[in-house]
Amino acid sequence: MTEPVLSLTQHIPALLVLVPLLASAIIPFSPARLRRAGGTVALLANAAALALASALAVETFRLGRVTYNFGGWAPPWGIEYAVDPLAAIMLLLVAFVSFAAAVYSRAAAGAEIAHEKLPYYHSAGLLLVSGLSGMIITGDVFNLYVFLEIASLAGYALIAAGRRRDALVASFNYLILGTIAATFILLGIGYLYMASGTLNIADLRERLPHIYHTKTVLTAFAFLMVGFSIKTALFPLHIWLPDAYTYAPSPASALLAAAGTKVGVYAMLRVTYTVFRPEFNASVVPMKTILLVLSSAAIIYGAVMAIAQKDIKRMLAWSSVSQIGYIVLGAAIASQYSLTGSLLHMINHALMKAALFMCAGLMLISTGAEKISDLRGAAARMPLTMAAFTAAAVSMTGIPPTLGFMSKWHIALGAVEAGLWAVVPVVLAGSLLTGIYFWKVIEPAYFAAPPEGHIPSGRGQAPDTPAPFWAAAPAAALAGLGVLLGLAAWTPAAGAARAAGELLLK
Amino acid sequence: MSELLSFKPLYAVLASLAAGLLVSVSGRRPRLRESFTLAGAAAKFGIIISMLPAVLAGHSFSTPGLEVFPGMELRLKADALGMVFAAMSSFLWILVSVYSVGYLQKTGEERRTRFFAFFAFTLSAAAGLAFSANLFTAFVFYELITLATYPLVAHKQTKEAMESGRIYLAYLLGTSLTFMLAAILITYNAAGTLDFVPGGIFGELAAGNKVLLGTVFFLFIAGTAKAAIMPLHSWLPAAMVAPAPVSALLHAVAVVKAGVFLVLKVTLHVFGAETLRELGFGGPLAWIASFTIIAASVMALTQDNLKLRLAYSTVSQLSYVVLGAALLSPSALKGAVAQLAAHGFAKITLFLAAGAIYALERRTKVSELDGIGRRMPLTMTAFSLCALSMIGAPPLAGFISKWHIGLGAVEAGRPVFLAVIGASALLNAAYFLPIIYRAFWGRPGADHGAGHGAATESGAAAMMMVVPLVITAAVTLALFFFPGPLLKLAELAAGG
Repeated sequence: MTEPVLSLTQHIPALLVLVPLLASAIIPFSPARLRRAGGTVALLANAAALALASALAVETFRLGRVTYNFGGWAPPWGIEYAVDPLAAIMLLLVAFVSFAAAVYSRAAAGAEIAHEKLPYYHSAGLLLVSGLSGMIITGDVFNLYVFLEIASLAGYALIAAGRRRDALVASFNYLILGTIAATFILLGIGYLYMASGTLNIADLRERLPHIYHTKTVLTAFAFLMVGFSIKTALFPLHIWLPDAYTYAPSPASALLAAAGTKVGVYAMLRVTYTVFRPEFNASVVPMKTILLVLSSAAIIYGAVMAIAQKDIKRMLAWSSVSQIGYIVLGAAIASQYSLTGSLLHMINHALMKAALFMCAGLMLISTGAEKISDLRGAAARMPLTMAAFTAAAVSMTGIPPTLGFMSKWHIALGAVEAGLWAVVPVVLAGSLLTGIYFWKVIEPAYFAAPPEGHIPSGRGQAPDTPAPFWAAAPAAALAGLGVLLGLAAWTPAAGAARAAGELLLK
Repeated sequence: MSELLSFKPLYAVLASLAAGLLVSVSGRRPRLRESFTLAGAAAKFGIIISMLPAVLAGHSFSTPGLEVFPGMELRLKADALGMVFAAMSSFLWILVSVYSVGYLQKTGEERRTRFFAFFAFTLSAAAGLAFSANLFTAFVFYELITLATYPLVAHKQTKEAMESGRIYLAYLLGTSLTFMLAAILITYNAAGTLDFVPGGIFGELAAGNKVLLGTVFFLFIAGTAKAAIMPLHSWLPAAMVAPAPVSALLHAVAVVKAGVFLVLKVTLHVFGAETLRELGFGGPLAWIASFTIIAASVMALTQDNLKLRLAYSTVSQLSYVVLGAALLSPSALKGAVAQLAAHGFAKITLFLAAGAIYALERRTKVSELDGIGRRMPLTMTAFSLCALSMIGAPPLAGFISKWHIGLGAVEAGRPVFLAVIGASALLNAAYFLPIIYRAFWGRPGADHGAGHGAATESGAAAMMMVVPLVITAAVTLALFFFPGPLLKLAELAAGG
């Protein structure tokens, strides 16, 4: 009805992907002086992306759905970008976390990455954001694959930037598994195209129900699910994750754990709820049972492994395996409550795990701590970092009134409502185990005396340096959001409930 | 019977929260810090007492709700039952604050700022629980009490204190985050609301869903480990490594009282006495409580450590509240509410006395107390009075509550529980009377004869400890002679 004032506003969906992509290309090819300011360029690009994502989210929740034809070509000839409430939430989440990570990286990535590699690190970070945003926004399955590869390649590079040689091995292992996953996904897409003759998601949704039972479509579904399970690190396909998150630089771990795996889950949701319809999972394949079992196992196994860890980042990595279990569990129960809970938990885990990995980085910077045993009495030396860590841990554990409580409440309520009594204890016991592995860090940090003459495992010759303020600020802000959004859960929950409702439409 | 819209319950919560925050930033100036604590305590008590007349007249004070999510809101409401808990704990906070100043000075404990700050935070959460208008709010504050008391339990930061702290968290968070949360989830799914409503929220559901509601009821009981019902009591004896004022907080002011308070709340305002009678869940719970009453008393008999003996005594006495709730007859419920207060005042005196004995004479064992009554006459007189109240002897508060619970057992047609009350009184006498005898008539042995005969209750610090415990003992006495307001509140709470 109303003409947009600026024609640019029409192009927000495209800009959201292009801005980080172009910025990513500019940094390595620019003159030396600008290259040194890579952190600032990345920060500005991420700020722009955050603004664009916010505007797009407002627009999407107002209109219900925003579409954009790339290059002006209408589907099915051109590539369509389609934004529904779920995509809008995810885009905003990715942009927000990336922005926070960019603030941190600009201030403190230099502590873990060699000076000459820094511009390339910032460039790869932007490439990851561009790839992830593209995966979320696209309405075309082949285009989804292309963005997946962009994001994956950036991910391998980010992990390999870690300061230990182990980072290279971790990156290589992830590369092999990631490539297998991408190949599976490509095969799945190929089979879908073979069977239906289209790559557009909306068209696939229309055409597939007639051919649900054909072997081609079933095979395609299997390939897609396994492929995305690897990218999501769903138990038992999580084996690449602990090493990758442990050895990657802390801000990269924050970005990958917060945004990377979430987009994997998002793609899985798109495949199971949008490309295929909910009834496909209900009547054609026993996907619900398989996912319930795997995600329950993930929750418990990931948490038990996290309890057994001595290294801070490795503990956080195993915690991710467990929390991804929660997200998939909520999605698998497939009720309004549980799916809302699943989306809330994506938000909770993204914000909190980003905060926690940043805290791990801050601990390394300010005290040289890499192992949990290095943290004895550390709260006195880094009060802000430990306060942020504790607040984030409380939200991860699901103690009210935090966002983590709200998300687990919805997931568990969905399970009670569906009469899945075996799942309820898993959800609750998982919280307890979460509490235990975080308590193993919090207790010594606050209540133990610092050992005399102890040399922290991550410390070279350098003396203790106070963490830069702009590295601690985003960690504290993210952790604070967990409590704030818990008290005002109304806002995220309303958005999540709407997104969940649309996914569940028959 | 009307509900008044008022922010007073919220102010009661905020008063101690503000005090805690001010304390935590004034660590370098101890006098200022202590005055913040005392000002907070006085303000809180004033706010709560200002609501008492209206509550006694049958009204309640309710704040507007903060809707966190549709169907789930944080809302405070001061009713008769909450009033008993809140008025008692806020009154005791004043006394314990004064006592703590003297105690910490005499024992030379470190980290006093953290101590006073978290003490205030705990009181804030306790008021929140006392005034919670629904299960969600209650759950939030119940967990906050646990988190806020942890630094106090682990205060000494020794290996033993840390171990006890871990047990404390494991029991309290472990049960509430699983059993209680499960119970709340099922309740919400079944009843569609989490509000506390006198008479219960299940209504017609009760008839056909005995198994489901039974599961919910006992999940609630198992989830409320703060009530220290056996076998979930071990955290309480373990926590006695903490300084004496913290034991007072755990045993009388906030923590265990929060547990039995929630049991009463679930009994009266989630299920409703009527519904529970129909469903017949009272019987099994009454037996569990009786077992705890007797078994904990027997365990108390064998303890030589004074604080440990008192801790087992608490486990036993708390189950009187649970027994009263389980009997479900009007008098028994009234007795249960009265016991909440009677035990609070008496047990705090006992713990404060035990702390004074440690701070002034460095004695912790019952076997070292020979002749101590001659050196600390005020302390030991107060101790003796309150020990008699525990036994249930008139003219003390303990008699009032036990009388009503006993009466309730007869009303409910279960006189067998009179035998439990009688047996317990004998056991209580068996572990308390020897202490009194030793204190006043025992001959100090040569090995711990330091300070022979000389009175040690002198000096400002000592008086800061002795005066509060004399006051609480006096209240225990006064509650027998003037039980009117307490019994009126108890009657209102029990739905009379």
